[in-house]
Amino acid sequence: MDLQEKLVASYMAQTSTSEDSKRMAKLRSTAIETFEQQGFPNKKMEEWKYTPLNKLVKTDYTVFPKKIKNVTLTDVQRFILHDVDTYKIVFVDGVYSSFLSETTHEGMDVCLLSAALSQPKFRKVIEQYFDAVADSEDSFTALNTAFGREGAFVHIPKKKRVEKPIQIIHFSTGVNQNLMLQPRNLVVVEAQSEVQIIERHQSLSDTAVLTNVVTEIFTHKGAQVDYYKIQNDREEASLVDSTYIHQEKHSHAKVHTFSFGGQFIRNNLHFYHKDQAIQSTMKGITLVEGKQLVDHHTLVHHAHPNSESHQEYKGIYDGQSTGVFNGKIVVEQEAQKTNAFQQNNNILMSDKATINTKPQLEIFADDVRCSHGCTIGQLDETALFYLQTRGIPKKEARALLTYAFANNVLASVNIPAVKARINTLIAKKLGVHLGFNL
Amino acid sequence: MLSIDNLHAQVEGKGILNGINLDIKPGEVHAIMGPNGSGKSTLSTVIAGHEDYEVTKGSLLYQGVDISDLSADERAHLGIFLSFQYPVEIPGVTVTNFIKTAINETRKGQGLEEMPANVMLKKIKEKAKLLSIDTQFLSRSLNEGFSGGEKKRNEIFQMAMLEPKLAILDETDSGLDIDAMRVVANGVNTLRNDENAIIVITHYQRLLDYIVPDFVHVLHEGKIVKSGGKELAIELEEKGYDWIKQAI
Repeated sequence: MDLQEKLVASYMAQTSTSEDSKRMAKLRSTAIETFEQQGFPNKKMEEWKYTPLNKLVKTDYTVFPKKIKNVTLTDVQRFILHDVDTYKIVFVDGVYSSFLSETTHEGMDVCLLSAALSQPKFRKVIEQYFDAVADSEDSFTALNTAFGREGAFVHIPKKKRVEKPIQIIHFSTGVNQNLMLQPRNLVVVEAQSEVQIIERHQSLSDTAVLTNVVTEIFTHKGAQVDYYKIQNDREEASLVDSTYIHQEKHSHAKVHTFSFGGQFIRNNLHFYHKDQAIQSTMKGITLVEGKQLVDHHTLVHHAHPNSESHQEYKGIYDGQSTGVFNGKIVVEQEAQKTNAFQQNNNILMSDKATINTKPQLEIFADDVRCSHGCTIGQLDETALFYLQTRGIPKKEARALLTYAFANNVLASVNIPAVKARINTLIAKKLGVHLGFNL
Repeated sequence: MLSIDNLHAQVEGKGILNGINLDIKPGEVHAIMGPNGSGKSTLSTVIAGHEDYEVTKGSLLYQGVDISDLSADERAHLGIFLSFQYPVEIPGVTVTNFIKTAINETRKGQGLEEMPANVMLKKIKEKAKLLSIDTQFLSRSLNEGFSGGEKKRNEIFQMAMLEPKLAILDETDSGLDIDAMRVVANGVNTLRNDENAIIVITHYQRLLDYIVPDFVHVLHEGKIVKSGGKELAIELEEKGYDWIKQAI
C-alpha cells in the first residue's frame, strides 16, 4: 500500500469515531475525495517541477500516533522564546500540552482548535472561517482538511492590540516512528486589531517526521498581523507549510519566514485581497547546506485598486542544497494603481548548490507598478579580502558578508527577542561568534 | 621590517611582478610611484596576502619571517595593514561594529583578550577626532554611500584604530580634493613613529608634499627601475614617466 492509499484508508477508519458537525463531516469527506483524486503532486506539475516529493511519499508515515511521550521543560526549553512574555500554544506529537502552554480566554481567544471545533460557543466562528480561504483544490491542503483536528485557534475581537506575542509550537518526540502531523491553525483578527504570532515546528529526535500544516489567517478592516515562521528543524524533519491570508480594507499582513533547517521545506504563502488599500509583506531568509531543500511559493492576488505588496527573499545555499523561489503576482483588471514589488537575491556558497528562481506576473490592469528582480551570485571575493586585511579570518569574514546580505530582511522584524534569536541561529549556522547583533 | 628579494608574482598565470627588491626599516616612509599598469597595486596586494596572487620566485620577509604562505588575516595579525584604493561597501554593518570586529578578531589572532567596551569606545572617539569624523558617521553602514573623501578618511581611521607596524596606502590620494587630502595626510603623519613603516603608493607627486617620504621608488613593468630621495618624485612630476622609460 503506498502512502496515498494508506492515508485514504486511515481516513475511513477515523470517521467512525469522530464527533464532527454535519458541515465539518461534509468538508472532510469532500477533502479526502479531492486528495484521493489528485494524489500527491509530481514533477510534471509546473508548481512542483523543482521540488521532488518521491522520497517523502515513499516513506511509510504513521498518521495516528500510538504512543505518548511526556516531555519535560528541559527537553524543549531552548526552542521556546523566553526573553519576552508570550502566550503559548504548544503541542507534542500532535497532542496539546497544557503544562507547556499559556492560553487565554480573557477578552480574546488564544487556545486550541480542537476546543473551538467542539464547543458550541465557537460554532459560528468556525462555520464562517474554517476552510474559507484555504485552497480546497490543493492536495496537501485537502489532506490537512480531511485530518486536521488540532492546532492553534486565535480570535482577536475588534480594536484590540494584543500586547504579548503568541507562540505556536509543534514538537515531535520521535516515540512514534515516521510520524505524519497535520496541524491546522486558524487566526481571525477583527477590525482595527493587532497581533504578533511566532510559529515553529520542532523535532526532538532523529526519527523522520513529516508535517503538513495549514494556517488560515483572516485580517479584517484595518487589522495588522505580524507573523514569524522559524523553520530550523533537524535534518530528518520535513515540512509542507501552506498559509492562506484573507485581507480586508486597510489591513496589513506581514509574514517573515526563516528557513535554516530541515530536510525538505515547502512554503506556500498566499495572500488574497478582498478590498482596497491593503498591504501585504512577505520576507524571508533561507540559509541551508548539505542536501537540504527549501521551496518558497508565494502568491499575491491583487483583486482591488490601490493596494501594495512587498516581497523580499534572500537565500544562501551551501553544500548540495537546493532552493526554489516562485513568486506569483496576479493583478486583476479591476486592481488599478497596484504597487507590487518583488525581490529574490541568492548567494551560492558552493559549486554544487542550486537555486531555481522565477517571478510569475499575471497583470490584467494597465495602471500598475510592478517591479521584480532576482539575482544569483557568490560572495564578493574583493570584500572577503578587504575584511581579511582587517584581521577578520575567512570564516568570520564570510559570516559577516552573509549577515550584511541578509540584513535588510531582519530590519523589519518587530519583536527584539525574535531578532536576537534569528541572529543567534544565523551565527550558529555559520559557525561563528560575532560580537554584535544587526 | 620588510625585506623583499627578487620577488616574482603572478595572477591567473600572468606574471606581474618581475623581480622586486625592497628593504624597509622601522620609522621609514617609502613612496612607490609608476605609470598605470606598472604593478604598484599588485605589489601592495601581494604584501597584504591576496590568495589569488601567487609568489613564484624570490622571498617576502616580514620581521625576518617568510610570510608568503600566510593568509591576509594572519598577516594583519602580525601588523600589516592595507588601505584600499577602492574600499569595499558593506551595507548593514556599521563602521563601529566593523572596527570592533576587526580589533577583536585581530586581538584574538594575537592571543589577546577582547578589548573592554569602554576602552574601545574611548579609542574610537579619540581616533575619530584625529580624522575629523563625527560620531554620526560611525553609525552608518561601512562605506555605503560614502563620498571619495569619506571612504579614504575611513581607511585611515581604521589604520589609526588597528595601529599597524607596516601600513600600505594604495592610491590614498585618488578622488580626494586638496582639503580632504590634507586631513588624510595629517592623520597619517600623526600616526608616524620610529617603530612603524609606511609604504605610500601613488601616481602623482602631490600627496608626497604632505606625507614626505624618505625614499622614492619607480616601478615599471613589475620591477623597481629607479630609487632615490624625495627629490626623485619632484623630478618625475616635471619630466613625466616617459623620462624613466627612455632612461631604461
